[in-house]
Amino acid sequence: MNAEAKGMTPQSVDLAASYEESGVKDVLRELDETLIGLAPVKQRIKETAALLLVDKARREMGLATETPTLHMSFTGNPGTGKTTVALKIADLLHRLGYVRKGHLVTVTRDDLVGQYIGHTAPKTKEVLKKAMGGVLFIDEAYYLYRPENERDYGQEAIEILLQVMENNRDDLVVVLAGYADRMDRFFESNPGFRSRIAHHIEFPDYSDTELESIAEIMLAEQNYVFDEGGKRAMEEYIGQRRVQPHFANARSIRNALDRARLRQANRLFETSDGPLDATALSTITEADIRASRVFRGGLEVDRAQRETCA
Amino acid sequence: MRLRQGQFSFLPDLTDDDIRTQAQYAIDNGWAVSVEYTDDPHPRNSYWEMWGHPMFDNPDAAAVVFEVNECRKEHGSKYIRVLAFDASAGWESIRMSFIVNRPAEEPGFRVVRQEGEGRKIRYTIESYAMREPEGARYA
Repeated sequence: MNAEAKGMTPQSVDLAASYEESGVKDVLRELDETLIGLAPVKQRIKETAALLLVDKARREMGLATETPTLHMSFTGNPGTGKTTVALKIADLLHRLGYVRKGHLVTVTRDDLVGQYIGHTAPKTKEVLKKAMGGVLFIDEAYYLYRPENERDYGQEAIEILLQVMENNRDDLVVVLAGYADRMDRFFESNPGFRSRIAHHIEFPDYSDTELESIAEIMLAEQNYVFDEGGKRAMEEYIGQRRVQPHFANARSIRNALDRARLRQANRLFETSDGPLDATALSTITEADIRASRVFRGGLEVDRAQRETCA
Repeated sequence: MRLRQGQFSFLPDLTDDDIRTQAQYAIDNGWAVSVEYTDDPHPRNSYWEMWGHPMFDNPDAAAVVFEVNECRKEHGSKYIRVLAFDASAGWESIRMSFIVNRPAEEPGFRVVRQEGEGRKIRYTIESYAMREPEGARYA
């Protein structure tokens, strides 16, 4: 805080006004509108935003001086929106003035850990420097720690991370993300991380109805629509896909839709013999979804069948 | 004798906050900021040692302050400067340069007179620090 601002410490604070002014409201509204479901996550973010807003007001009145710890951990199954929420968090923290730039740097183990002795430290520092003034998002953070290999360089990256997380708290916010069970084990073996992270946010799986609306939104973004049959087929698809292996929530849906678009293009190409209108070009029908192998028992059954044929 | 080279050299030493503000100005202009150090303060010595690579893609100046402090840990008794390089066509040159760290003792320069042909005198300067071998200058 510069001398000028110090001279005129405000006597009262209008939280509603600073809520409007800081643009936090817009971020939270966007969060509500663009993300389906995730009620507990939204709740936690709202609480965090409230805390930060109050903390900011307290600092303006000279009641608090320490920067609060903002490092977070996101746990949840694949495809539950962790990266998307991290982007929003970066925006939120930027608007509240807790990070100066508000950009998101997404990294995995490969970006932090080196190949040989002496390679890890510069690599990790390079990434940390890039993330300064913004948010560093470490996807699948538990890979950093490999207990089975005691000479693994991951430990070195962890030590540098912890040091910067502690010493440069004003400069960057670290978000660790990964599957719940593996992250728990990661925190158990690295107690330093657990204590340095203030906010543990869990991402629940999406329900079937939520995935259906996600599918429709994804299609709408690309100017496609389901017809009646296509919609019903998608509902069934979601129910069946969920119990099959490698189910990744919204990501599975996105992949399914990509394949459906491929099949639709193929169908149009093979069956059409006249000019096509915009509706035909942008409608996903039942046949496009039903052709998926998910309806035939999924990947495993498919593979087994191919083997018997061969 | 205090070394006067580059920007701000007639001002008191820059604080970390000052360095951040200046570096942020350079970054916002799209210039690549880098940190260099030397123990040879001669004004014509343009080749200082590089401390890491120029930071081409760091959006925030905190990284520059971080590197300056890392450099101070290793070379705290030498001169350290921050440079901003403008890569845009037509410039391709240094836009900013300022010293952010200097030795505790700066012995200054002496004038060297060389007698040339026809009683001609050539003048040059030499830093007193340069009498010591590399690494032994400035304690």
